[in-house]
Amino acid sequence: MAKVLMKGNDAISEAAIQAGCKGFFGYPITPQNEIPEYFSRRMEEAGGVFIQAESEVAAINMVYGAAAAGVRTMTTSSSPGIALKQEGISFIAGADLPCVIVNVSRCGPGLGGILPAQSDYFQATRGGGHGDYYTPVFAPSNVQECWDMVFHAFDVAEKYRTPTMILIEGMLGQMMEPCEMTKRPTYQMDKSWCVDGNADKRPRNTITSLSLYAEVLEQMNIDRFKKYEEIAKNETMVDNQVKDGDEVAIVAYGTPSRIVLNAIEELKADGIKAGLIRPITLWPFPSGEFQNLPSSVKHVLAAELSMGQMVEDVRLAVNGKLPVHFYGRTGGSIFEPVEIANKVREILGKGAK
Amino acid sequence: MANLVTITESMCKGCALCADACPKNILEMAKDRVNNKGYHPATCINMAACTACAICAKMCPDSAIRVERDA
Amino acid sequence: MAVVYEKSRGLTDNPLTYCPGCSHGIVHKLVAETLVELDILEKTIAVAPVGCSVLAYEFFNCDGIQAAHGRAPAVAAGIKRTNTDKIVFTYQGDGDLASIGTAEIIHSAHRGDNITVIFINNAIYGMTGGQMAPTTLIGQKTSTSPYGRKEEQAGRPLLVSEMMAPIPNAVYIERTSVHDVANINKTKKAIKKAFENQINNKGFSMVEILASCPIGWNVSPVDGNKFIKEGLMPYYPLGVYKDEGGEN
Repeated sequence: MAKVLMKGNDAISEAAIQAGCKGFFGYPITPQNEIPEYFSRRMEEAGGVFIQAESEVAAINMVYGAAAAGVRTMTTSSSPGIALKQEGISFIAGADLPCVIVNVSRCGPGLGGILPAQSDYFQATRGGGHGDYYTPVFAPSNVQECWDMVFHAFDVAEKYRTPTMILIEGMLGQMMEPCEMTKRPTYQMDKSWCVDGNADKRPRNTITSLSLYAEVLEQMNIDRFKKYEEIAKNETMVDNQVKDGDEVAIVAYGTPSRIVLNAIEELKADGIKAGLIRPITLWPFPSGEFQNLPSSVKHVLAAELSMGQMVEDVRLAVNGKLPVHFYGRTGGSIFEPVEIANKVREILGKGAK
Repeated sequence: MANLVTITESMCKGCALCADACPKNILEMAKDRVNNKGYHPATCINMAACTACAICAKMCPDSAIRVERDA
Repeated sequence: MAVVYEKSRGLTDNPLTYCPGCSHGIVHKLVAETLVELDILEKTIAVAPVGCSVLAYEFFNCDGIQAAHGRAPAVAAGIKRTNTDKIVFTYQGDGDLASIGTAEIIHSAHRGDNITVIFINNAIYGMTGGQMAPTTLIGQKTSTSPYGRKEEQAGRPLLVSEMMAPIPNAVYIERTSVHDVANINKTKKAIKKAFENQINNKGFSMVEILASCPIGWNVSPVDGNKFIKEGLMPYYPLGVYKDEGGEN
């Protein structure tokens, strides 16, 4: 199939429509605005529903309703808006409903700025709202992967009945790249549990995250964590390019991982061997990769557009076996390859260039 | 034969809204017993006077009252 | 013997969790009876709020979902917009609808969501132990207005029906009461109209129902109903605030 030049935000939108998303509920916030704009143009002809909600809070609760009725549904926002959605995400997780949430992230805290950042890592990977839960988080690094990941995120959401999240930085949302718009078959979810007003064909259904009985709620949480174990076992994704002979493993996700690849090329010219580990799922984090690194690897470097968030997962995964270093830029600043290369040189006791 | 007011005592919370609303004043809370919830349940003390108006049943928040009319 | 009145099959057999004399049970019956009479029970989805009626989905004998505090209209919009042939209603108290959920209820009407809203106004937060609500009367003592609500501190009570009626896409707004049988009958008519409007795709309908909270008000159930009439009704006049739906 011919490739089309498109923005990450547009790729996510059209992929969602091709994947059968029939309910999109959003609210304007930069830098994700192309997504609700795209849905507002396309959704009617695609036979779905687009609503510009009065707030992010309302949008996520519309998603909660549509998901409960068995409709493939999605909302998108950016960092402060995702923070507003956390109440609803917690309810969706607590009610075991499937949906996809996209965070085209920007910098914070507070209003922060509209430039790209990866400082929502904790928010995304630690549940984000109240209570014991996780959302599987997918972090594509190019527009094609954005496209493919939307289909996958819906499938994982419905297969395990869980909210899933796609986390990209603003720059990937705004960036245009060639994308092959391949429609792929999607998971067919059983809908017998849905509150879709079909109580003439089955017993009535109810959906809630509430239980006033400790032993019942505890069991609900235990069962949900069994599901998370299954997700960790089956759905963890990583692009591990570390080879035997590499001295440094550099961990980076999303678009910054591509900058790291350039740094690795630069270092190669100096005779320094480094390799990239790119988590594609941020939760579940591909911790296993750090247990089986080649013996040549003496250092691990986490590179992120934050003050250091993913680095905590890297440290947990490395578990003290190797020194874990960190390099980050924040506030909308983006590191250049030479910054990463110099950090590696510093780690190895070699002079910066 | 008289009309019939059937009170499912286990559903009654003894709020007395039925007794207050009854135009014939034939309902009262049975002070001689408590139900499974711990309330004095409503009871009809003069079924013969019942007109089957069902005002008691409509007032009952707990749907504990069934009213039948002698056909 | 002919049955004049019995428990509606629109209610489940789960025992109601409401306090003695609480009006929720009365309104539950009216909604349940309406769903049965209009033959829409099986295709209806109830959206329960946070508050005393948080478990309403356990009592209505149809599909049901529990919504976050104040968000029921947004949840209802998500369901109804993607399932236009189904019947969706929210059941919300005054803490839920008139305080934390004002944005959601206003914009549901503003969008013209074709849903039915049952709004219980008992001038207090019941579930959490009787705190002041936006609807609490001036001078009314609650656990967070122990000296009585003061206008200079909390403002005058929010008149929700009066506030909702001018919203262009609100089709039907009526305030009723359930303190006696005549008013219960009127409330049932209003609820029926609010559902018929939805069946006939007329749009957003809301019935505000003045209700009693004897435990929260610290009065007997019988005195609670008197307080609706003597305390609430002078400030909250009953009546149709908007009816652009016409006959059904």
